[in-house]
Amino acid sequence: MPNRPHLWNWPTNPISTLWHACCTPLGTSLADGLQHTGPVLPVQPGNILEDAMSLTRRFMLRTAGAALGGALAFASPAAFAQGAGTIKVGILHSLSGTMAISETTLKDVMLMLIEEQNKKGGLLGKKLEPVVVDPASNWPLFAEKARELISKDKVSATFGCWTSVSRKSVLPVFEELNSILFYPVQYEGEESSKNIFYTGAAPNQQAIPAVDYLMENEKVQRWVLAGTDYVYPRTTNKILEAYLKSKGVKPEDIMINYTPFGHSDWQTIVADIKKFGSAGKKTAVVSTINGDANVPFYKELGNAGVKATDIPVVAFSVGEEELAGIDTKPLIGHLAAWNYFQSVENADNKAFIAKWRAFTKNEKRVTNDPMEAHVIGFNMWVKAVEKAGTTDTDAVLDAMIGVAVPNLTGGYSTMMPNHHITKPVLIGEVQGDGQFNTVWQTSGLVVGDEWSDYLEGSKDLISDWRKPLSCGNFNVKTGKCGGASK
Amino acid sequence: MTSIPRPARACAIPLAGQAAKRLIETLSFAAAALSLVMLALFATPQARAQGESSVIIGLISDKFPDTERALNELPASGLPTAPQIVEALAANRLYFNGPARKLYFADEAGKMFDAATGEPADVMASALKKVRINNAVRRSLDAARGALTLMSPDPDKRKAAADSVFKSRDATALPLLEAALAKETLASTRKILEEARAAIIAGDSGASDVQRLEAIEILKSRGDQDAVSVLTTIASWSEGRVKAAADSASSVIQAKLALWRNVQNIWYGLSLGSVLLLAAIGLAITFGVMGIINMAHGEMVMLGAYTTFAVQEWARTSHPGLLNYSLFIAIPLAFLVTAAVGILIERVVIRFLYGRPLETLLATFGISLILQQAVRTIFGANNREVSAPSFMAGSFDFGSLQIGYGRMWIIVFALAVFFALQFVLRATSFGLRMRAVTQNRRMASSMGIDTNRIDALAFGLGSGIAGMAGVALSQIDNVSPNLGQSYIIDSFMVVVFGGVGNLWGTLLGALTLGVANKFLEPIAGAVLGKILLLVFIILFIQKRPRGLFALKGRAVEA
Repeated sequence: MPNRPHLWNWPTNPISTLWHACCTPLGTSLADGLQHTGPVLPVQPGNILEDAMSLTRRFMLRTAGAALGGALAFASPAAFAQGAGTIKVGILHSLSGTMAISETTLKDVMLMLIEEQNKKGGLLGKKLEPVVVDPASNWPLFAEKARELISKDKVSATFGCWTSVSRKSVLPVFEELNSILFYPVQYEGEESSKNIFYTGAAPNQQAIPAVDYLMENEKVQRWVLAGTDYVYPRTTNKILEAYLKSKGVKPEDIMINYTPFGHSDWQTIVADIKKFGSAGKKTAVVSTINGDANVPFYKELGNAGVKATDIPVVAFSVGEEELAGIDTKPLIGHLAAWNYFQSVENADNKAFIAKWRAFTKNEKRVTNDPMEAHVIGFNMWVKAVEKAGTTDTDAVLDAMIGVAVPNLTGGYSTMMPNHHITKPVLIGEVQGDGQFNTVWQTSGLVVGDEWSDYLEGSKDLISDWRKPLSCGNFNVKTGKCGGASK
Repeated sequence: MTSIPRPARACAIPLAGQAAKRLIETLSFAAAALSLVMLALFATPQARAQGESSVIIGLISDKFPDTERALNELPASGLPTAPQIVEALAANRLYFNGPARKLYFADEAGKMFDAATGEPADVMASALKKVRINNAVRRSLDAARGALTLMSPDPDKRKAAADSVFKSRDATALPLLEAALAKETLASTRKILEEARAAIIAGDSGASDVQRLEAIEILKSRGDQDAVSVLTTIASWSEGRVKAAADSASSVIQAKLALWRNVQNIWYGLSLGSVLLLAAIGLAITFGVMGIINMAHGEMVMLGAYTTFAVQEWARTSHPGLLNYSLFIAIPLAFLVTAAVGILIERVVIRFLYGRPLETLLATFGISLILQQAVRTIFGANNREVSAPSFMAGSFDFGSLQIGYGRMWIIVFALAVFFALQFVLRATSFGLRMRAVTQNRRMASSMGIDTNRIDALAFGLGSGIAGMAGVALSQIDNVSPNLGQSYIIDSFMVVVFGGVGNLWGTLLGALTLGVANKFLEPIAGAVLGKILLLVFIILFIQKRPRGLFALKGRAVEA
């Protein structure tokens, strides 16, 4: 979801056309070239060839991996002693381009988690080996790189993607080649795939509780739904609008506003919000504005003197990392809804922050929600692999459901049959030091709901990947499964 | 909103003034405390003791509703430390020890005091828990602080206090308000106090109709968005004459505000136009005058912004006193840095590509990616924080229009850069040579002008101006490696629309596009507004391919 790719988005920047015209084929052929350097055999799930191939592949990996792995210092000398080869883990996050701002951090978290697991002795007696690729914030390249990770590098699982469009781009690849993806970012829902585990929040784990909080605690009656013009805000706002109307909010008390990617001149919109907020009813802004546009938005709110005590803004894409770039003094009291805050106080989180700072050698590094999602996802995968005793995709897919691991907010998160996890929902207020102060949290854990209950066409759908149903969009009214995925 | 407190202003006061200011603050504290003691005298001793303990218990319960209730009781509780408690809570310096039922506050230096007695306490802040606040508590806090500082000797504080009382419309503050009104001498603060009283009375169903109608008249004369807000609330539950008066008053204000909204659109348009002008003016040299399609122009802006960041970092760590003036250091430095980078690019790449626009486009696009990734590697992918100097923070009112100092100075800066550039081009020998080279390279060369050198310097000038634009843009946008990308297309749009090769065209083009955008935005929305503007430019270019101001003469055909 939150997305900051103005490069790829006309009208903000027509360079995208140029890029697609000139550079995508280049990237493609490059990836293809890499792909064909190794022996190429058709891989079909359930094919006898596959086992034979993975054997030769494993043998090759052992020789190449030992030499390379040792050289790269990912594997300690113990790896030589064991000589059992490695389990590869793919990391598919943009390290260049517009999304690098958010995704680089997630790559580092994965490297840290893998290093830590290796210190504990690896997995199934083997070392884990990270395979890092850079899809360069280029959506088609995500699919190419995913294919490369699965077919060429033979990764057992992949952790990656940030924007919804990159996830949509790799989804068919993971389904076709039957591999596993862990997606760590909050998103708009309306999707369920057999091969993807969604460790970020679905709308009911973030947006709906936030609105409930404002309605109950701040007595908000008028709503501004402001977002960047793309799929995540549009879908989320559609769900929120339906939800607000179901709660008796009148249409004239809802103002919906979309802005282009990287919008930087917020004067008119902030003035409009101020005007909308002076109708004598308590007003709040629900912001699905994407990362890059947020800084000028909050700066303008500060300039216009809109304080959180007058018109609070609750954001779904603003976390500790985003606040690190702004002076938060004028923003004190504005809200964010997440499933994790760095300021959450418990031993697990404290240990995690300390480890993260030691790993990045930076005493000021902040942690955020998608990082926690990767921690949960990685630990779940480790547990499922141990349970299944193999990294074989089908066995792990079966073992994943029902796996429970501690999250960093002091509870346990469980993988549900719909491939979403249970999480607590926290509402935090921005502090002067760029951190959030938790002012409210759900009493229990919330189960991620992939198909919104408030949208026509999706409210009758459920997803359950357990056998024998094994369906991502089962219609409870008609009793039919709508198709393999989506 | 009539005024926005400008806390950063205080930093601008030189050190000598600080002592005086501190004295004033101490006095105001003392006065506030005195007023509280006076209030407390009226309460019976027993009630006072109860009030005290109930406030402390409320504050240490660590539940927002309890904190809020305790705050509302605080002014009347008779606690001698009430002002310190309020200030400490607002600054997140109020601590408690749950099991021992003790409340402590820390002063600015971090020294701990027992909140019940005000005596120094020997406890460590790390062993205690902080009293948390949320927006509801913050509102009560603002109201309590407002009530406590209404009598402050500092006029700015009194004004802020009057504003917060107006906002909170807390009926319990009415006696204090009356007392403050009786003493107030400053006309502007008096007006706000009267408005605050009017807001309370107009919303008081216990007051007589005559009083309320009078109050509505005062609110009507205030005539801003906040007054509308108060009036519509009153109209929503009142009846009869009061409702009618509130309705008519709010519609009168609304009509006035609708007129002001046009002024506001023009102002916002000029502000956006000045940003476009800043971004485009360097390109008007490199693309407009020299004819180089420079896709790396946005990255020059970005480098300028990072120079500002680097200067501020340096000031923050080694010369904190200079932080407030860091922009003045950053402007020439950004010019030099980006001009140097520009000259380097021109010498190494672009000079081999003159007359080959497509290759130049691809090469400079490549350079832009290289520069972005280089900055990302050096400074990291995250946004960098660039703070605003005190003279650019806050805003003032012009009629019903709120003008931010930051935006205003950016307009001034853009115009200053524009005229300085005009001067360089028209009145210096370098400008003359540059115009000669761009108009007829061969003839200029035969006249003894080193055209290679002029090319490099001209490209450096265009890049340097882009760097200066980056200093200004760092104040309103993200300082991230992607900063430049969001401006490159707008810049080309402005230069092409204004007329290639004409600086006045760039000025008029930028301001026209800015104002048009701001009038379209409220009607069509930000996304559609931008599309409409692009469509308009496409049609305009069909009609006038050379833009608003076309260069005439033989030079154009060459």
